[in-house]
Amino acid sequence: MSTLTTPPAAPGAGVSLLSRSLPRWAPAATLAGSAAVVAAVLVAVGAFGLAQWTVLSVLLFAVTITAASASVEGGRRAKDRLVTTLVYVCFGLAMIPLVSVLWTTVQNGVLRLDPYFLQTSMRNVLARDDAGGAYHAIMGTLIVTGWATVISVPVGLMTAIYLVEYGRGRLAQAITFFVDVMTGIPSIVAGLFIAALWLQLFGAGNFMGFAGSCALSVLMIPVVVRSSEEMLKLVPNELREASYALGVPKWRTIVKVVLPTSIAGVTTGVMIAIARIIGETAPLLVTAGFTDSINFNAFDSRMITLPVYVYRQISQGGQIPFERAWAAALTLIVIVMALNLLARLVSRIFAPRTGR
Amino acid sequence: MTTTQPPQTEQPAKPPPGRRTRRRPGDLVFENSARLSGVLILVILAAVAVFLLVQALPALSENQGNFLTDTEWAPSGDAPSFGVAALVFGTLLAAVLALVIATPVAVGIALFISHYAPRRLASLLGYVVDLLAAIPSVVYGLWGITWLMPQIGPFFEGLNRYLGFIPIFAGPVASPPRTILTASIVLAVMILPIVTAVAREVFLKTPTMHEEAALALGATRWEMIRMAVLPFGRSGVISAAMLGLGRALGETMAVAMVLSPGLLIDFFLLQAGHHQTIAALIALQFPEASTLQVSALIAAGLVLFAITLVVNMAARYIVSRRKEFTE
Repeated sequence: MSTLTTPPAAPGAGVSLLSRSLPRWAPAATLAGSAAVVAAVLVAVGAFGLAQWTVLSVLLFAVTITAASASVEGGRRAKDRLVTTLVYVCFGLAMIPLVSVLWTTVQNGVLRLDPYFLQTSMRNVLARDDAGGAYHAIMGTLIVTGWATVISVPVGLMTAIYLVEYGRGRLAQAITFFVDVMTGIPSIVAGLFIAALWLQLFGAGNFMGFAGSCALSVLMIPVVVRSSEEMLKLVPNELREASYALGVPKWRTIVKVVLPTSIAGVTTGVMIAIARIIGETAPLLVTAGFTDSINFNAFDSRMITLPVYVYRQISQGGQIPFERAWAAALTLIVIVMALNLLARLVSRIFAPRTGR
Repeated sequence: MTTTQPPQTEQPAKPPPGRRTRRRPGDLVFENSARLSGVLILVILAAVAVFLLVQALPALSENQGNFLTDTEWAPSGDAPSFGVAALVFGTLLAAVLALVIATPVAVGIALFISHYAPRRLASLLGYVVDLLAAIPSVVYGLWGITWLMPQIGPFFEGLNRYLGFIPIFAGPVASPPRTILTASIVLAVMILPIVTAVAREVFLKTPTMHEEAALALGATRWEMIRMAVLPFGRSGVISAAMLGLGRALGETMAVAMVLSPGLLIDFFLLQAGHHQTIAALIALQFPEASTLQVSALIAAGLVLFAITLVVNMAARYIVSRRKEFTE
């Protein structure tokens, strides 16, 4: 490597190590400039609209910044700037549905969401009456989801324990694989399965809340298994070995050492799983059916939940059912978001302390 | 995400032979109940297939038409005749369109979160995208009817006016636009979070050494992504897309609420009353169906189950193969 010995070029000899580049403020200035130009043109033509303005501004920005970069910095940098713009646009695109879903839900939901709505059922209320609420649906949601949780958590947690603590060989591999496959079962198929099972056991037309819970647990179990498995794996092996060394049986080690260490993560996983299934509509439509009355008994006759309520109201048509549907949707979203936030909070506060 | 190799826990050393090998009853009970739970999952999955098949048989045996190739759906009366061809076509069309719309955007978002956004912001943005996944599907259906359809109508008109010479955009444009394209856009929004989440995980796992090596050679950020991140993440993105496809195939309520159904096999994306998906058909007809209709719907559900099973297993297979190569 003889180049090491050659003296570096003297400073100021006309050789710059830095290639020419656009100043740091160039993108911001270009964006502002294109927004202004497009706004001016649109107003002049008389076709100003938020959508057109945004789309055309971004287009003009992309063209300008790429052209400027190509002339100053060269083709490679220009391509880089173009891709950067594209990536930002993608993210902006994703924000549109999120913001508009939340916005329309809140905007339309507050029209009818009041204590009366939360405390009244639809019994003896005609679709177009300016009355009625979602009390029966809220109760149905809690009962159906509650039973689904009661079924899914023991099965899911025990399966996770089996996979992490005991599982070896073919059986464990098969279970892991099929849990993954089960995650992908369409919710309507889970509902149909339970409907078919109920048809076999009780004959036609036997809708009940518990059937809905069973259908939901088919969807919930794999989620619980997955998340609990991840959490159990985080428990350091030293803890298990310390317990074994003291002569504690394996099952007591699991119950007294492994589970308490990972309980926060497991709880978080369960809550996220609940949030996932609480919004399911299709499987309940074919298993629990729908009703206008309050029903607290999951093992007898039809039971309605909030998502099914939303769907029922929409399919009846008209302004008032429409408002009821949105109010119920807002209630549902509030419940789901609260569960999600609670889950994050639980996992943050009781995060498993790994190592020292 | 998925692990097929056995977990890394150490089994306590077996007692040497000759000594007492009787196991504690508590251990036996606990281990067997854990194993039972695992086996129960396999049983459930098998039961799904078996019960769907058993309940589908009555309709299949009375079917006058060909179940796989017929397009009409009339499973009632004296001569019930029904086939899933049009339904399968509609299901695949909606899901594939959704995938075509969602995948590029999802890859863009994943790149934004993993390589463009400021580090502090990135995890927050990831959470925001996950929020999209937490919104119930029936709310998406409502949103599609209330917000999206009025916004998308003029856009479809424009599409038809300027690109109408391409057959898929042929008119007359439906108004309100209860078309397969609208349904696919709603589906695309719904599968965006899962595709993004998986792609993001893969992109974040790119070896830092590869990235730094590319940057050290003078690559721009895009060149670094093209040379280091994308080749590493390709199979991950493919499996993410497959997972999204599986999701879109089985999505029910949003399609049932947005799409105006029909049983044709064609590619007119802007016309209403041409397509229907299996899941939406089941949700719409099941509550008021007669015995034979229920049986026919269950047969359709069995087909849907088979399709999603194949797609998901393919996705898992790709994921597990990637694991062998890279880890």
